Amino acid sequence: MSTLTPPFSDEHEHLRQSIRGFIERELTPHAQQWEEDRWFPDEVFGKLAAQGLLGLKYPESYGGQGGDYLHEAVLCEELARTGSGGTAAGIGAHVNIATPPIWKFGTEDQKQRYLVPAIRGEKIGALGITEPGAGSDVAALSTRAERVDGGWVVNGEKTYITNGVRAHFIVTAVKTTQEGGHHGTSFLIVERGEDDGITTSKLEKLGWHASDTATISFQDTFVAEENLLGELDGAFKLIMANFQWERLAMSLGAVGAMQIAWERTAQFARDREAFGRPLSGHQAIRHKLADMATSVYTCRCATYDALRRFVAGEDPLREVTMAKLLTQRASFELMDQCLQIHGGAGYMREYWVERAARDARLGPIGGGSDEIMREILGRVLGL
Amino acid sequence: MKICVLVKEVPDAAVEKRIDPSTGRMDRSGEKNLNPYDTHAIEAAMQIKEGGAVPVEEIVAVTMGPDSAVRALHKAVSLGADRSVHLSDPAVAGSDVAATGYALAKTLQRESPDLVLLGQQSDDGECYTIGAVVAEHLGMPSLTQVIKMDVESDALRCERQAEYGYDTVQIKLPAVISVGDAINEPRYPSLKAIMGAKKKPLDAITAADAEIDASKVGGENSAAQWIAAKAPPAKAAGEIIEDEDTGETVEKIIAWLDERKLI
Repeated sequence: MSTLTPPFSDEHEHLRQSIRGFIERELTPHAQQWEEDRWFPDEVFGKLAAQGLLGLKYPESYGGQGGDYLHEAVLCEELARTGSGGTAAGIGAHVNIATPPIWKFGTEDQKQRYLVPAIRGEKIGALGITEPGAGSDVAALSTRAERVDGGWVVNGEKTYITNGVRAHFIVTAVKTTQEGGHHGTSFLIVERGEDDGITTSKLEKLGWHASDTATISFQDTFVAEENLLGELDGAFKLIMANFQWERLAMSLGAVGAMQIAWERTAQFARDREAFGRPLSGHQAIRHKLADMATSVYTCRCATYDALRRFVAGEDPLREVTMAKLLTQRASFELMDQCLQIHGGAGYMREYWVERAARDARLGPIGGGSDEIMREILGRVLGL
Repeated sequence: MKICVLVKEVPDAAVEKRIDPSTGRMDRSGEKNLNPYDTHAIEAAMQIKEGGAVPVEEIVAVTMGPDSAVRALHKAVSLGADRSVHLSDPAVAGSDVAATGYALAKTLQRESPDLVLLGQQSDDGECYTIGAVVAEHLGMPSLTQVIKMDVESDALRCERQAEYGYDTVQIKLPAVISVGDAINEPRYPSLKAIMGAKKKPLDAITAADAEIDASKVGGENSAAQWIAAKAPPAKAAGEIIEDEDTGETVEKIIAWLDERKLI
């Protein structure tokens, strides 16, 4: 960014410079390999932790950096610089969805046992909500926890869980009443250990190849009493509490990815010649790039406005939902245009753009699908 | 040991550099940054401090520049310096290398450092000589292009890059060392360090505070005066050989090189 854009200040731009340098030195050079490996090493969390990047918004008393959501927003945007949606997703799942519920609703003991080592990069977290039979329809979850002496026994299956195989703890939504649903679902922090009755299997995906996305099966998995997160039967409140941030984080990630994709594609169009002049010298391509730049700008404005409201303490359900809906679809469409401008080269594995296009396809599905976003808006707008 | 690190605010690397013909000075408007070469000097200071071979009481970042240079100092202290000194005075504006070196040396005299570190060049003026000028005024020995540094009680054992290889030089402290960018990989500041930077002491001083002789500094009093600049001659367009048939392409390249007696 050449000029300061609200809500970011000079301090955030200094942080952005630092994070960008760190990512471009420590992560980006390995992204291609990690994509091919369908995995990035656990040590990445340790490196990020050493730089303070797993605890930007958490208090210093828990080993965090004492910042806030705006600082975290810078990370969300800059993670796109890895060039690997899967790597960004694995890190994002840890900092944006797995640890926030523990920070907000956990007991002091839970914070010490999970949040502190998570900020140090020693324990990796995952959030387990989605199931084979329940995605957007969270009330239909069927994984159940039965009360036993000293805790619960969990049975069921979660799927599409980011960090699912490698996670040391899974913040898991489970039915704690016969009926389940809005008033019968709770969160348990399920810790991995020997003979824990948990089996995981990694899933093959269209994009996000470096991400560890898994199906997790619980068979008579015992979870101790003290690992109930928040109130019994109160999971819905916890799920809803973090939705706004999760969707903002996704919007910021999309804006970051769009910006880089546009810059690279514009450069390609200036360098690549066809019919005796650069591609950007052809009106069709020039206009396309102008439209794409407008899309990046529009997405950035909508996202930053929602972010500004969020950090100001408003309840910007409408703006966050709109930003999520707008940016995820726009990002995928922009990547498709970038690929088109690259021509045959864009379809080749050796170019970054085919990966960017595949990675962007998840946006309109994850974190609440486009259809759900529209349903929320329908309600908010009184339709 | 007390280490002073000279730092400079420069136009961001992404900004195209140009001379403003009306002033004869570099156009320093637009986005600015801490001179990237100076980040290596701060890192070198931090490594001496953290290495523990000698106790380092203090690392002080020192700059001369307009008000905006405070941001470069904030960046310098976020990288580990304990405090900073900012010499800012209209009297020193437009100083050439010799005048700048004199003004910085006067500023450094107030601090009595055991070691002065700086980057081998600034990303804008690229004169490479400030260290030597400062050393001359301070009466200290000086080394340039240093890419390895070991502290030995009251001396430094340095390796400096030369065209023929590396010199190993022992130098008595106090000394002025300009470091090459191969000396280390500078750290990136954490958020905590960035937020803490503004709380570290910043000493803003004038030319009078540093007892600078005003007749020796500033654009008018500088011995070097910019007269004119011209753009480098445009290069002739290269010849592009399309690779349609590799055998033919190779022959064309060989013929081209042969014609110019390059092979």
